[in-house]
Amino acid sequence: MMQRFRFSPALPQTPAFTLGDALVLIALAALLYVGATLALYAPAIIAGPDITLSFSALPWYTLLSVGRMAAAYALSLVFSLIYGYAAARNRTASRVLMPLLDVLQSIPILSFLPVVLLSLSALLPQRLAGELAAIVLIFTSQAWNMTFSFYQSMTTIPAELREAAAIFRFDPWLRFKTLELPFAALGLIWNSMMSWAGGWFFLMAAEIFTVGSRDFRLPGLGAYLQTAANKGNLPAVLAGVATLVLTIVLFDQLVWRPVLAWSDKFKLEMVAGDEPPESRLFDVLARSWLLEQFGRRVWQPFNEWLDGRARDAVGFHADLPGIVEAEGRPSLPAIVTGIAFGLAAAYGLFRVVGLLAAMTLPEWTEIGVGVVATFGRVAVSLAIAMLWTIPVGVAIGTNRKLATLLQPVVQVVASIQATALFPVFLLALLHLPGWLNLAAILLMLMGTQWYLLFNIIAGASAIPQDLRFTTDLLRLSRWERWRTLILPALFPYIVTGGITASGGAWNASIVAEHVVFGGQTHATLGVGAVIAHATSTANYDQLLAGTLALILTVVLINRTFWRRLYRLAEERYRME
Amino acid sequence: MMTNDTLLTLDTVSKAYGREAKKFVAVRDVNLQIRAGEYVCLLGPSGCGKSTLLRVIAGLNPATSGTVLYRGKPLVGVNPHATIVFQTFALYPWLTVEENVEIALKARGVPQTGRRERTLKLIDTVGLDGFESAYPRELSGGMRQKVGFARAMAVEPELLCLDEPFSALDVLSAEALRGELMELWLSKSIPTQAILMVTHNIEEAVFMADRIVVMEKDPGRVLTEMQVTLRHPRQRKDTAFQAVVDKVYAAVAGKTQPEAEALGTAPGQPGKTQPLPAARLNALAGLLEKVAGEGGGGDLYKLSVELVLELDDLLPIVEAGELLGFATVQEGDLTLTPLGQAYADANILARKELVAGRVLRLPVISWIYETLQQDDNKRVAEEYFLDKLQPDFGGLAGQQLDIAINWGRHAELFAFDDDTDELFLEV
Repeated sequence: MMQRFRFSPALPQTPAFTLGDALVLIALAALLYVGATLALYAPAIIAGPDITLSFSALPWYTLLSVGRMAAAYALSLVFSLIYGYAAARNRTASRVLMPLLDVLQSIPILSFLPVVLLSLSALLPQRLAGELAAIVLIFTSQAWNMTFSFYQSMTTIPAELREAAAIFRFDPWLRFKTLELPFAALGLIWNSMMSWAGGWFFLMAAEIFTVGSRDFRLPGLGAYLQTAANKGNLPAVLAGVATLVLTIVLFDQLVWRPVLAWSDKFKLEMVAGDEPPESRLFDVLARSWLLEQFGRRVWQPFNEWLDGRARDAVGFHADLPGIVEAEGRPSLPAIVTGIAFGLAAAYGLFRVVGLLAAMTLPEWTEIGVGVVATFGRVAVSLAIAMLWTIPVGVAIGTNRKLATLLQPVVQVVASIQATALFPVFLLALLHLPGWLNLAAILLMLMGTQWYLLFNIIAGASAIPQDLRFTTDLLRLSRWERWRTLILPALFPYIVTGGITASGGAWNASIVAEHVVFGGQTHATLGVGAVIAHATSTANYDQLLAGTLALILTVVLINRTFWRRLYRLAEERYRME
Repeated sequence: MMTNDTLLTLDTVSKAYGREAKKFVAVRDVNLQIRAGEYVCLLGPSGCGKSTLLRVIAGLNPATSGTVLYRGKPLVGVNPHATIVFQTFALYPWLTVEENVEIALKARGVPQTGRRERTLKLIDTVGLDGFESAYPRELSGGMRQKVGFARAMAVEPELLCLDEPFSALDVLSAEALRGELMELWLSKSIPTQAILMVTHNIEEAVFMADRIVVMEKDPGRVLTEMQVTLRHPRQRKDTAFQAVVDKVYAAVAGKTQPEAEALGTAPGQPGKTQPLPAARLNALAGLLEKVAGEGGGGDLYKLSVELVLELDDLLPIVEAGELLGFATVQEGDLTLTPLGQAYADANILARKELVAGRVLRLPVISWIYETLQQDDNKRVAEEYFLDKLQPDFGGLAGQQLDIAINWGRHAELFAFDDDTDELFLEV
């Protein structure tokens, strides 16, 4: 089960920093600017609905939160399919879309929230704006890895399966349904699970948000937890956490496990796996008479009808099997769109530069120093995470007994997202010296260590038995053993986990470095704090500058440091 | 030549991949006709473009130049009268046997009524009744390929293209399936008018085909065509059968070229740079010992049977032997030269020296060796050699350099440092 937990990070094979990246950054800056301009028209004072701490409100709140997650997930899925399909089937499109995706996934989503919220609330009723902003925010935390997974699947379909689809003259719909979607299913499902877990993190942040005297609140589990922690109501905090854990466990049992058991048939390997995922619920459902009848009488005819309609719509012609179909000169609409986009981006750039030019030197210095300080925290949290996850991961990964015992525990603990527990930690740490620094690192750690742990467990369990035996026979000392076998074997997995973890840590800095707690604002030095402060005081120049600085830093670190390590891991330390 | 029963005509068809420096010609100037009632085999070593040619005929890959006519009309897009049975079966693992066959009918717009009956009948024809609801992963290789045949027959193709359909199967399943296919074909119980099979297995071709088209590589082109007039069912033990196999073997293996032509010139020099055959030199040592043990000569076909080597595995080794002057080939027979005999008799150290001397006569190897010697540190980046090999070998430059490094290492002339991506001189 754990073995599938290794996800290739989304690093396309492009050089460090391209013109495309610059364009994407400019476009983003322009977008931010438009949002910030719109935000000026937002109502000056917004009072959110009261969040009740009564236990009886919890089921309703949970339902609302899950509803938001589901809406965002549906949006992510549709986006992934369309975006990934377009990028995979059209070479011109992929040249723009893939670098864009790479930058998009490095963006600190939280710093976009105020702009999204405010610009939406300038246009829409407050409650609707809040809901939409929350959904958009969760969407941005879920969509990228799913899109990447779908794109990767689309481009790695074995040639002969594609050729078979072409020679038997599948129309595009039939090809999508019989070949492309099933082939991508496993990757999509595993990434959906990751996305869903990541979604909880942002749900907590998105349900309560304060910008100046505008207080956005959405009734939901995240708002409940934060309110409870703010008021120091410990029973309510515990009840909230318990509800969250219960929800996550139920979700795992009622949704993901059956889906995984069902999706086992999409494995490409032609041999039966030794440990297929199991789900009792799925077994029960699969044997249900009602479902069988539904399948025969409703689903199959519907499918047949749909195939017929699709066939009529696209006409009867067979496609060439190549992944890349459209090539050659871009069409006129594409050129027009490109020019319009370019003009808009240029105008945005012009205004953004104007805004940034208005910033004073001390403000820039603050951002610069902040980036360095946050970098330090990210590095420390990564180091701590590695220090404990490597030995623990290896212990779990190489010991079957321990694995069966600990894996379920680890999964549940890991899925209780850090933001939910953050208030609890704040309560505990409040009286220590330098507590906010400590708390910030702790929050980053909690949000990111699991990626590392899962990857290391997967890596350790993938070390071939005969290599372990050989190492035993050579009677290497403990250190020699780690140096010659375990660390090199783990290296690709550590890098994979590290990329995700570092991205998450940077992102978490916005919530971690600037805390409103018990009616008081606490902030420490850091770029996250700058962004959060700019947000709460509605200082858009600073918000823009801070966000751009953060994006640039993350993209640069990814492109230089992590990519290099990843290449090395791919070339040298692959176990295949 | 063009008659009413001509299904397919290829006229000076070429297929190239990539552009400019990386251009790679897979097939060059192929002329071919396939007539109704014929079973034609495309035979050749790997890399001779036979599978590419099959895909051009099926319309999956357009030809770069030349014309492809089907029943006298130029072929545009996927050939609607042809279908392919794939080497790796190309079944959809998430569909059952029944669904895998039915999907072909569905894609052709066969209405739902009657589709199931036709599917079941097809599954019955290939002898898979009872396995309708099984998933491909539950089947053996031979049974999977039967599903592949059933699916191909579902669309009742005029031209059935087989892309090494038996090479991924175990020996027994392959033989059984060949027999069953021949029975369907010879009894005319399938509406197929002609079969075009790609294979690198000479016996298989002689066993099944009416005509064998022998192809050659670098670049892929048709070397010769041979009619096989033996009566069915053909017996592999028959002397007539073996004589045909021998004849085909002789055509495929060719004849040892005069030395100057075989060696070619170094990259960058005028004249053709000859590619190195993809063979490991220790395999050559094994072959030479075996032949020496049998009196210094032998029939290639017999050798391949005794060594259980397919054509694809044996030919590059033989080529390496010819290139180094250890053996000569004529009319399908391999003969050791005195040098080859000496090599087979020598001990390990003497062999290394012998090989080093012979390998250095190859222009590509000596060019690499001299380049390294002229360098101050006796180290040169891999990139440099790749650039120089590019004009001659295009996309295959990397593969050529790998072979050269392997041979250089074997002869202890030079080696490759994976950490720095450099070649360096062995001292």
